[in-house]
Amino acid sequence: MNIQNLFKIAIKALGNNKMRCFLTMLGVIIGVGAVIAMLAIGQGSKNSIKAQISEMGSNMIMIMPGAERRGGVRQSSDDMQTLKPADYEAIVSQATGIAHITPTVSSSGQWVNGNNNYPSQAQGVNTQYLDIRQRKVAEGEMFTEADVKTAAKVCILGKTLVDNLFPDGSDPIGKVVRFGSIPLTVIGVLDEKGYNTMGQDQDDLALVPYTTVMKRMLAIDYLQGIQASAIDENRTEETIEEITDILRTQHKLREDQEDNFTIRSMQELAQMISSTSSMMTVLLACVAGISLLVGGIGIMNIMIVSVTERTREIGLRMSIGATGKDIMTQFLIEAIIISVTGGILGILTGAIATWMIKLFAHWPVQIDPSSVILSFVVCTAIGIIFGFYPAAKASNLDPIEAIRYE
Amino acid sequence: MAKEIIKIENLKRYFKVGDETVKALRGVSFTIYEGEFVTIMGTSGSGKSTLLNTLGCLDTPTSGEYYLDGIAVKGMGKNERARIRNRKIGFIFQNYNLLPKTTALENVELPLLYNSSVSAKERSERAEKCLREVGLGERLFHKSNQMSGGQQQRVAIARALVNNPVIILADEATGNLDTRTSFSILTLFQRLYKEGKTIIFVTHNPEIALYSSRNIMLRDGHIVSDEYNSDIKSAEEVYRNLPEEND
Ligand SMILES: Nc1ncnc2c1ncn2[C@@H]1O[C@H](COP(=O)(O)OP(=O)(O)O)[C@@H](O)[C@H]1O
Ligand SMILES: [Mg+2]
Repeated sequence: MNIQNLFKIAIKALGNNKMRCFLTMLGVIIGVGAVIAMLAIGQGSKNSIKAQISEMGSNMIMIMPGAERRGGVRQSSDDMQTLKPADYEAIVSQATGIAHITPTVSSSGQWVNGNNNYPSQAQGVNTQYLDIRQRKVAEGEMFTEADVKTAAKVCILGKTLVDNLFPDGSDPIGKVVRFGSIPLTVIGVLDEKGYNTMGQDQDDLALVPYTTVMKRMLAIDYLQGIQASAIDENRTEETIEEITDILRTQHKLREDQEDNFTIRSMQELAQMISSTSSMMTVLLACVAGISLLVGGIGIMNIMIVSVTERTREIGLRMSIGATGKDIMTQFLIEAIIISVTGGILGILTGAIATWMIKLFAHWPVQIDPSSVILSFVVCTAIGIIFGFYPAAKASNLDPIEAIRYE
Repeated sequence: MAKEIIKIENLKRYFKVGDETVKALRGVSFTIYEGEFVTIMGTSGSGKSTLLNTLGCLDTPTSGEYYLDGIAVKGMGKNERARIRNRKIGFIFQNYNLLPKTTALENVELPLLYNSSVSAKERSERAEKCLREVGLGERLFHKSNQMSGGQQQRVAIARALVNNPVIILADEATGNLDTRTSFSILTLFQRLYKEGKTIIFVTHNPEIALYSSRNIMLRDGHIVSDEYNSDIKSAEEVYRNLPEEND
């Protein structure tokens, strides 16, 4: 008996019950579709994190106020005010491993130009911010150290802000816009970067001297953070230690006291985010996998019904010379056809779902070829595993009893 | 001397039902030669089907010898018996047992699907030829459920012929059919007999013995008579003289 003939027989048998066949497949289609989409989301976010890091530069170091957060305990606002401009100056004058450094303070609010409004932020930084973030001023000029000293009322706008505040396309340079109630002169426009891989608009950004944000907007005497870039990517760890020492001395912390600030390198951060996202991916894939399992049980259920229903047919086939193995193979092939066809349709469904997620939710997604191969293998396995019991049941029927079955 | 197609010696078949033993065959012996048309007769429960199933290698006897076409069937495994059924036996059942929603041609091709030495082309050619032989040349692509009982039984006969079996085994092949259709089927069997086919036809209808070349009577698992018929009546004549019904 050759497999080709058994294939014909199996396809014919499935064709006799198309609706049932499709409904059985639906379980697998949904299962596989879900697995593909979930893995695509997981892979996509992992990739975007990686891309983000290389965009920002893996030598980036972030200093944040407050002790390292543990167990989600919230810190009082006092604890979040531990970074002072003096700390920044101390690092600038003492640290040896740092290429560029900027304090960061930001204020949320409404940007206004005449009748045009746009809600965004004012990002308070110094002149080195551009080097750290690898950005450029495309038109006009960056503000100067002098502007920082005097807390000058100037700003550099990103493309998105320019588009929203100057919809008529007029040249923003030299114009005065308001951020909240504070008038700021536009002295430059940032280079256009578009959306990053995380789906964030990198042009929705306005740079203001950090002193302006501190004194004129927020009226605070502390920094929200400090960003720096290490000279040597491979010596980030040592640079972090160096900064820690400087800050501990600055803050006059005793040996037994914990740091009241937190330093993270981009590398560390990346690892943290990526491990959370890996965990999410595993969880999502598990849920999807369970639905695939349910699909498999659906196949088994239908195959058992089908074997019972077709007892007479099985008896007849045996009486004209089909061996137990032939019958077994036929039913296994039927199960595998259902699961594999369901798998292929599921992969398509998953791909379409993934594409829709990308289109409508702007999530970073990527279908990994290995997840397609995996789904395919799993489907075949499901067909074999869940088809085995009904097929064995069919092949063990006694031909005489089977043919008399009513 | 004609070739021995079937030879059984002291064949017994006991069934265990709970504590009791049902003795369906209590020692049956006979030899059937090539070209015979044997009817096996007996009341319901006399062991006819059990005997036929054994001859058809569907069932194994409790004891006794069985030679089919010179081969000892005793001691054969399941797969070997399946192969014998596929190559040497043509089965016809009372309720036709055609595959539903399947054309006549595909139904007839079925035994050859389980024989990998037959190509797809040869398969359909042979099936078509057999369907023509049973008078269904015009209905190759009719689905089994679109056909009358007599036509379905003809398809079943064509299916039993398609593998060129050494013997055709029919169990109550006319049991579900009206008189006229029964005689048309019987006519077909007589034609196959004239062509030299070996046939065993099981029936509880004593009248049918008149149309075969040999009649074996069973009662309670024993042979009570085994007689040759020198004056075979023509089923075709009876068929012609029967009033036509709306068929
Ligand atoms: N599988 C079986 N299990 C138990 N008893 C059986 C079985 N098959 C047949 N018999 C018994 O064997 C006897 C002969 O049955 P069967 O060969 O079917 O008779 P017939 O075909 O002549 O009507 C009956 O008494 C029947 O009940
Ligand atoms: Mg019977």
